[in-house]
Amino acid sequence: MKGPDNSGKPFLRMDNIHKRFGDVIASRGVTLEVEENEIHALLGENGAGKSVLMNILCGVLTPNEGEIIYKGAPIRVGSPREAIRQRIGMVHQHFMLVPNLTVAENYVLGQGSPLRVIRDMARVHERIATLSARYGLDVKPDALIQDLSVGQQQRVEILKVLYHGIDLLILDEPTAVLTPQETDSLLELLRDLAAAGKTVIFISHKLDEVMRVSDRVSVMRDAHVVATVRTSDTTPRELARMMVGRDVLMDLPRTSSSPGRTVLSVDGLHCNSDIGLPAVKGVSFEVRAGEIVGVAGVSGNGQSELALALTGLIPVTSGSVAVNGEEIAGMTPGDISRRPISHIPEDRHKMGIVLPLPLTENVLLQRYAQKPFSRHGMLQHNAIASHTRDLMRRFRVKAGGEYDRIQNLSGGNQQKLVVARELARNPDFLLINQLARGIDIGAMEMVMQEVLKQREAGRAILLISTELEELFAICDRILVMFHGEILGELPPDRGRIEELGLLMAGNTAEARRLSPA
Amino acid sequence: MDDIVSLGFLATTLGATWRLATPLIFASIGEVFSERAGVLNIGLEGVMIVGAFAGFAAVVSTGSLPLGFAAAMLAGMAVGLVFALFTITIKADQIVVGAAINLLGLGLTAFLFRTYFVSTGRGVEVARPIDIPGLSDLPFFGEALFRQNLVVYSTLVLVLVAVLVLYRTSFGLTLRAVGEHPKTVDVAGRSVAAYRYGAVLIGTGLAGIGGAFLTLAHSNQFVEGITSGRGFIALAVVVFARWSPLGAFVVSLLFGLFYALQLQLQAQPALNIPYQALQMLPYVMTIVALVMVRKGVTPTMLGVPYNKA
Repeated sequence: MKGPDNSGKPFLRMDNIHKRFGDVIASRGVTLEVEENEIHALLGENGAGKSVLMNILCGVLTPNEGEIIYKGAPIRVGSPREAIRQRIGMVHQHFMLVPNLTVAENYVLGQGSPLRVIRDMARVHERIATLSARYGLDVKPDALIQDLSVGQQQRVEILKVLYHGIDLLILDEPTAVLTPQETDSLLELLRDLAAAGKTVIFISHKLDEVMRVSDRVSVMRDAHVVATVRTSDTTPRELARMMVGRDVLMDLPRTSSSPGRTVLSVDGLHCNSDIGLPAVKGVSFEVRAGEIVGVAGVSGNGQSELALALTGLIPVTSGSVAVNGEEIAGMTPGDISRRPISHIPEDRHKMGIVLPLPLTENVLLQRYAQKPFSRHGMLQHNAIASHTRDLMRRFRVKAGGEYDRIQNLSGGNQQKLVVARELARNPDFLLINQLARGIDIGAMEMVMQEVLKQREAGRAILLISTELEELFAICDRILVMFHGEILGELPPDRGRIEELGLLMAGNTAEARRLSPA
Repeated sequence: MDDIVSLGFLATTLGATWRLATPLIFASIGEVFSERAGVLNIGLEGVMIVGAFAGFAAVVSTGSLPLGFAAAMLAGMAVGLVFALFTITIKADQIVVGAAINLLGLGLTAFLFRTYFVSTGRGVEVARPIDIPGLSDLPFFGEALFRQNLVVYSTLVLVLVAVLVLYRTSFGLTLRAVGEHPKTVDVAGRSVAAYRYGAVLIGTGLAGIGGAFLTLAHSNQFVEGITSGRGFIALAVVVFARWSPLGAFVVSLLFGLFYALQLQLQAQPALNIPYQALQMLPYVMTIVALVMVRKGVTPTMLGVPYNKA
């Protein structure tokens, strides 16, 4: 498929790209070559500089130095519009769609003269329908964006770029928001696009997707490209090593569990969802000191409500929750947070951090009135700053400094700070709802090891997670939740993953048949 | 008492309603543009009074009503430019700048009026009612609806044009996107700041005309504080109208009705209501309107400065 005129020359070459934001270097002389008609994966940990590099390519950011050679000629992409003119389109991680407009309106947004009266919407609808059918995308032109699921919105966004006519498609972490099934169809779509003559660059930190779909992989670390390899010539293990810069332990070493006294005891717990329907229906279990109990389940089976009820954020309708023998059901969240209980919430933006505040104040959220951070009603800035720096160092949080606003950090670094903060409170009971959400592979291992250290130190840990790998890696036993009930308990044995899957789907009879006992 | 339910009373009230609603229609439709682009201009009161004064001053010195309204529009836009400079380019807080614009407008016009006009006591020739042939002679309502001045009639054109521009042009589509998700506009290669400047200038230009209606049609004089809260009421109209130009037109008429009723009822001695209570009517309705706002239709980025990248 390659044109004869540019044989030997790459389709796209980003040459020696430098980009700085204040003191932070996001791109340190990056050179990236992409061939025509390939699916090129850009792999790297959070903050490695992948998004910045692609935002430069599509004109959102301007590099401090460097050259872009595209289709054999140097180009300057000073604005997103110029990128579209060069037939380069990007699907951003946060969708660029106006929620209260229709699909078609979003497509014509900013097109043509501002003074033009829009009359030919019927033609736009028709073109969208045709394109949608060609790629099997099922995009309805007159649907309002706000009525679409995240997966549908992503298809709308991809089709928007195709609608504008592009040769080079860039996708930034496209699978982060998708279910496994949606991920499958997306990867298939990428293959179709490459077959239709498009060149695709996709950013990811998930090794399995990269292995499944890409032709070549460029690995980024610390703001530069460390290697570009053919996917067929490499292994996940090798890629992981290049991403992190050293060998990654896929299995974490740990001592056998020897649980002590009972710390958390939940008995017959019932609570309701936010629309008043029963969400947790008579759940009973214990977590003892020095063990990690996992809760597996497809999201939406009562796990969120369980976590909220344990921390007093929603009322317990019946049943009891005791920590260290003290009944905490019915206590306010404030009372509960003054006890040795830590909570790493599911949605850090809603419950874990305050985005516009600096790291220091985010670290302080529950402890602003405690020594040594506060004396005689005055905040002790030195103590707060040194504690924050300490956490940042221990958890390798990448930030401009302890007074940087937390919203300037990548999602993974925000999560690391939340985990660091909660572990530092030395809780007896640690409730984790999604441990590694947004964290990349290198940091994930570090975070998991920190959680394991807490287990060695005799904490009782409840880990609610939708990521089975996370559960298998560190749990001592796994409870499976389905429709608000606990259907069974399994050891963290990858050999029994099928049984686990059946329980997650509510199929107890079939699961029991597989059970070795 | 019989007067109140008579057809004649109704007709007079109806005519007054449209007339009294006219300044609100201009100001609120303008503000719909501004707020749809994400800029909340609480300085509307100040913009309106600057328009009222500029229109009056221009007619006093030139004797031409069209020039007066043009001057009012330009003066409104000049104030709008200051507002836009601070809120869009410098990204200062819109509420703070808006409050400053109100104080500036009220103070500046009072100062200029006392310096140049107060001793003259002069009035201007106001906009004349125009009869629509045939229709204005209809019994009762003919006079109310078809014997108004050109500015009042022009509100019909204004609302049509506003609907067309906002919902049927590329400009309007982009403007609405700017108030909801400005980044999309940026990525589509349009300048968010330029659209916001445009929206603010449309808003303040129309508010200027609305203000001038008070000195060039409603009365023939500038009086200090003549807008008496109409800018704030226009803000309430926008909320009540759920950011729609057609809605702003209808809700302005509703508020016009309260102004008209208030005036008409004061002229009914049989009705034993203190006139102060009646004068409160439009303002009470403003509070009611603001309490009734439902969330979810407010432009998402209303009042939030846009930072590129």
